[in-house]
Amino acid sequence: MSNTQEVTKQTEAGAQGRPQAREAGYTLVPPVDIFEDADGVSLVLDMPGVTKDRLRIEAEREALVVEGEAAINVPDGIEPAYAEIRSTRYRRSFTLTSELDADRIEASLKDGVLSLRIPKRAELKPRRIEVQAA
Amino acid sequence: MFGISRVFDGGLLQEFRRLEQEMDEMLGRSPWPAATRPASRGTYPPMNIGTTPDNVEVYLFAAGLDPATVDISVQQNLLTVSGQRKVPEQKKATWYRQERFDGAFRRVISLPDDVDPDRVSARYRDGVLQITAGRRQAAKPRQIEIH
Repeated sequence: MSNTQEVTKQTEAGAQGRPQAREAGYTLVPPVDIFEDADGVSLVLDMPGVTKDRLRIEAEREALVVEGEAAINVPDGIEPAYAEIRSTRYRRSFTLTSELDADRIEASLKDGVLSLRIPKRAELKPRRIEVQAA
Repeated sequence: MFGISRVFDGGLLQEFRRLEQEMDEMLGRSPWPAATRPASRGTYPPMNIGTTPDNVEVYLFAAGLDPATVDISVQQNLLTVSGQRKVPEQKKATWYRQERFDGAFRRVISLPDDVDPDRVSARYRDGVLQITAGRRQAAKPRQIEIH
């Protein structure tokens, strides 16, 4: 079920290229874990019900937007009795800082968990400085 | 170095809308019926329940579960779902946010009285656990003809 895809970077700059927020109704804000190591930043989002074809990840300049639509198997004629989840749409946006390489974001989706890996630009990785003996 | 963008794409507006919605829920203006075993906000996993004339469908929104670690049991009309969700440890990393649920969970769901405990099935797909419980036929509305 796991698959890795290269996220295509939005080439069109300016207002047109900006991901449009579909404002109608209520969107879920998926919970996120964010952690950083020496090579990059990882984001893990819970988006149950979302499949690869219903997921959209856009990185444009400083904004990273994750949107998804859950596909829930609902039989005909079902009547809601109780609901804690009141939308099937997820959306969350993040700010990317310049040391992160948005062109090389990798994404994988498994069992409704989206994992994003954003590497740091090679020239900005921390370097160990050797102290020369005098 | 890494924050939520609140001003882009109407994000701020959406936050206000969400707040409004949460206030509505707190004040009880929600159009949905209240539960007999209400869950506090942030209970894991969140669930929805729907009914058809034949079945009761329970949806648990639990991404990243290993189905082998989930225990589903039915006693009379009480459905219990328990399990573990483990978020892998990141020893060498610096954490900025940790919002995803990590640990053991348990949810107890009171199903309608007409549910047949022998006809409960479950499947897990794309992070959604769907439990289907069959209802006894007698509970279906019966059309009475007038002679």
